[in-house]
Amino acid sequence: MSSLQSLDIAKRSATTTPSPDARRHTVEVAKLIDVSSCIGCKACQVACMQWNDLRDEVGENHGTYDNPRDLTPQSWTVMRFSEVEVVENKLEWLIRKDGCMHCEDPGCLKSCPSPGAIVKYQNGIVDFISEHCVGCGNCVTGCPFDVPRISKADNKAYKCSLCSDRVGVGLEPACVKACPTGAIRFGSKEDMHEFAAERIVDLKERGYDNAGVYDPQGVGGTHVMYVLQHADQPELYHGLKKDPKISPLVSLWKGAAKPLAVAAMVGAAVAGFFHYMKVGPLTSGHDEPDDEEELADERARQAGRDGVAPTRSPHSPPDGGL
Amino acid sequence: MAMLQRYRDSQRINHWIVVLLFFCAGLSGLAFFHPSLFFLSSLFGGGPWTRILHPYMGLGMVLAFVFLALKMWRDNLWTPVDTEWIRQSTELIAGTDKTASHQAYKYNGGQKVVFWVMVVSLLVLLVTGFMFWHAWFPEGNILMRRIAVVLHSASAAMLILTIIIHVYAAIWVKGSMRAMTRGTVTETWAAHHHPLWHKEMKERPRA
Repeated sequence: MSSLQSLDIAKRSATTTPSPDARRHTVEVAKLIDVSSCIGCKACQVACMQWNDLRDEVGENHGTYDNPRDLTPQSWTVMRFSEVEVVENKLEWLIRKDGCMHCEDPGCLKSCPSPGAIVKYQNGIVDFISEHCVGCGNCVTGCPFDVPRISKADNKAYKCSLCSDRVGVGLEPACVKACPTGAIRFGSKEDMHEFAAERIVDLKERGYDNAGVYDPQGVGGTHVMYVLQHADQPELYHGLKKDPKISPLVSLWKGAAKPLAVAAMVGAAVAGFFHYMKVGPLTSGHDEPDDEEELADERARQAGRDGVAPTRSPHSPPDGGL
Repeated sequence: MAMLQRYRDSQRINHWIVVLLFFCAGLSGLAFFHPSLFFLSSLFGGGPWTRILHPYMGLGMVLAFVFLALKMWRDNLWTPVDTEWIRQSTELIAGTDKTASHQAYKYNGGQKVVFWVMVVSLLVLLVTGFMFWHAWFPEGNILMRRIAVVLHSASAAMLILTIIIHVYAAIWVKGSMRAMTRGTVTETWAAHHHPLWHKEMKERPRA
């Protein structure tokens, strides 16, 4: 699902020239997941599976409600059930819908070496364009949230597309449509922030003093946001990162190092060329043999190969050590 | 004036196998290194094929280099003569004293640096390459992979720079290329560029 002709591409992986930029009035969208209203029914998982026509393998029960246990190429969203005691002896069941966060500054897109295999639309959705995916796994290395998964079957990377195909024709993502409690909402990012603010007021009234919205600025904000009861401790929600950022190692690797190294390599070759033009060759006076020597050398080498002692060459060939 | 044999047929063939695999692994790796070089993936049948082939070609190069290195490492051990060679190399490079003959055994200080940079960078490339070869090896810890890709790219850049210098030196120093194309060099060449090796060869008992 992508074409530059849609004019809706904001960023394209491994591309150094600008994307089509004539249309700029696209509204930024966001999905808001209100953890406090989620009942963990997994209707969203089923809807995701149905809309995207995915069939994961039947797994095993590991004594938790997490099912499947992790994101896979066939499961783009997974409910994470965390049992925590924020206040002693007061169990809280925090259920987070895990999946791609659709970062404003996507680490996957930054790391991807294949032009146009990962795109960010003007509306903020980050999408994998499978036909351009080479299956290198760099997106996994670059993602601050550990979301993309490489399929063993076809070596392509997969993750939530935020139902970019549905959104593109004015529908909300399948998970939003299926949620029975209204815990998942979809709309303009601005509206989602307004709605989140209302929820936060409500949660604070109910005693959750640290309630807040999760829209981490380390990655420029995300287009999937959470309302968290304990926004001061996002780690409680199955290790949601407090301040996710593209790793400095990834920034180095796909940032400054790239042009510098290419410049150094090209520079070395060009420097060599000019060095030769300035200084000229290094000679010893008799670097190449004349015809007679050449013939004698050939004969000696031939004799050596045939196991006959060379007649002309004054020296034996060096042994292996030399 | 006679010719001196510098490399046997087997060593030369081994060297050129390393060269071919270096180009395969290097160009396919560069395709993924910078967007401006992605076009190189066309040489290997497109993006996915480049991704599939690159590790095998890299592994092939390392394997072929092992045989070469086993033959050569002893002659590349550092000696005080090499430190002196490096010290005097500036005038050689600047071309201020073209008749200067600097002491060197079979390999001079510069060649020895090139050899050991190749050894180290190929070792790093080998180890880190396995750390993100999805097709055969488990994904592993993401931090480790981030470290591995940085080291892999840095070593590759280092290796390519070294090879550029290596190739240029062979073009620059006349008579050197012959050692790898025909196996022999002239005695004058040896006496001028590798006086101590030349002496060793002359003192060697005849076959």
